[in-house]
Amino acid sequence: MLREERGLVLASLIRSLGDFDQAEDALQDAAVAALEHWPRVGIPDRPAAWLLTAARRKAIDRARREKARGEKEEGAARAVEESPSPEPDDSAPFADERLRLMFTCCHPALSEDARVALTLRTLGGLTTPEIARAFLVPEATMAQRLVRATRKIKQAGIPYRVPSAAQLPERLLAVLAVVYLVFNEGYSASAGDTFVRRELCAEAIRLGRLLAELVPGESEVTGLLGLMLLHDARRSTRVDDRGDLVLLPDQDRSQWDNGQIAEGVTLVEAALRGSLGHPGRYALQAAIAALHAEAAVAADTDWPQIAALYGELERVLPTPVVTLNQAVAVAMADGPAAGLALVDQIDADVPLTRTHLFHATRADLLRRLGQHAASAAAYEVAYELAPTAAERAFLGRRLTEARAVASPPGL
Amino acid sequence: MKYMLLIHTDPAAPPSESMMGEYMTFTQGIIESGEFVAGDPVQGPETATTVRVRNGSTTTTDGPFAEVKEHMSGYYIVEVKDLDRALELAAKIPDARTSGVEVRPIMDMG
Repeated sequence: MLREERGLVLASLIRSLGDFDQAEDALQDAAVAALEHWPRVGIPDRPAAWLLTAARRKAIDRARREKARGEKEEGAARAVEESPSPEPDDSAPFADERLRLMFTCCHPALSEDARVALTLRTLGGLTTPEIARAFLVPEATMAQRLVRATRKIKQAGIPYRVPSAAQLPERLLAVLAVVYLVFNEGYSASAGDTFVRRELCAEAIRLGRLLAELVPGESEVTGLLGLMLLHDARRSTRVDDRGDLVLLPDQDRSQWDNGQIAEGVTLVEAALRGSLGHPGRYALQAAIAALHAEAAVAADTDWPQIAALYGELERVLPTPVVTLNQAVAVAMADGPAAGLALVDQIDADVPLTRTHLFHATRADLLRRLGQHAASAAAYEVAYELAPTAAERAFLGRRLTEARAVASPPGL
Repeated sequence: MKYMLLIHTDPAAPPSESMMGEYMTFTQGIIESGEFVAGDPVQGPETATTVRVRNGSTTTTDGPFAEVKEHMSGYYIVEVKDLDRALELAAKIPDARTSGVEVRPIMDMG
């Protein structure tokens, strides 16, 4: 319960105190008070409002104590005393505070690492040790990153507000990018703590729902939520009992979460309708995920449609990764030769060509074209580059098979 | 808050006539809006001299503090409500399109 209300109250406190650290301290004090009071008198009707009021009083107390100690900390007390409504009555202002805070936490003036950490800390209610674990960095490093970010917000004057109409599209994309980054960090294979990773996906989806509620009818916001739900619906089937990676065609579709897929598909349809003929990157990726999710068996997948959607995605997001995915879809729709032709169009100098994904894709297309020696060579490079144990195990098996076919034992 | 907008210029792309006009329009605009505090172009890096004092002795060298391709060619100091407005103004400075404008909050010593 406490955790659920945290982001809500913190956003409001940061707004009225104008300072992240003071807001966190005040909320901490209020949470301690709640743990003392609530078991005795019961949970209040509006826990968030209770916490906010308590935290504001604690902030005044703290400011007075520090003032008494001769430190110049009058800001907090003044901000609290001037704040317009000490007793918030409805949840609407809360919602606005959280949206403002989201734009602050995802401000492009902060480093990407800092945006992610700050969003999870303030809006996601994850603790600093949890975030550090999720991103595989020492706790002290993560704490330092958060301190530096909150300091920049204050010193550089990064505002707490929804950006002007001119800045809104860019800023909204920055917010969506942070949410999707959190999701991908949780979704990407099996490095790190499984529990924390699941938590990150859940958190990203929760933030996605919050955004969809705060910025209704925005195609890309709807698209991102749909995309995350559709991916997440397949989560349990992506790795087998031994922790090995299971590719999409081999996943047990009966284990996919149909309820979540249905919700995702509805969101995709809304996102495409709302895009007025110009779907953005998230709506398009969600539409592709929906086509995968809707195929009852892998053979039913509508590859021509998926290839066409990747073609559109490449127009709005012209990156080598998109081209690679498009090549896979084209290979399924029009044959491996057409797919390989697209892969070979990717500039050899881009970082993608130094990843296992690129070489594994090439290896698979070459295998399907019967070029087994070239395929084995590509699998070998992919194997060397694979970042996680699950991926290495998978590529190792493929490499052994490819070598066996390329030079059959006994010949 | 006050911000310094440090204009960096690519010497390979000398300012055109139309760019000078844009600078004048921009400056006029922020004077009228009341956001202008100060602003000037500075002479090129070939006119720069850097002074360093170590253990009480002064070394004076020809050239800018750091040798980089793009050099500081001017500045504005603006008084605006927050970073977003400062960034909005920075984006209107012509050199932002060809090189870049660095936005730095000015420390409040009051």
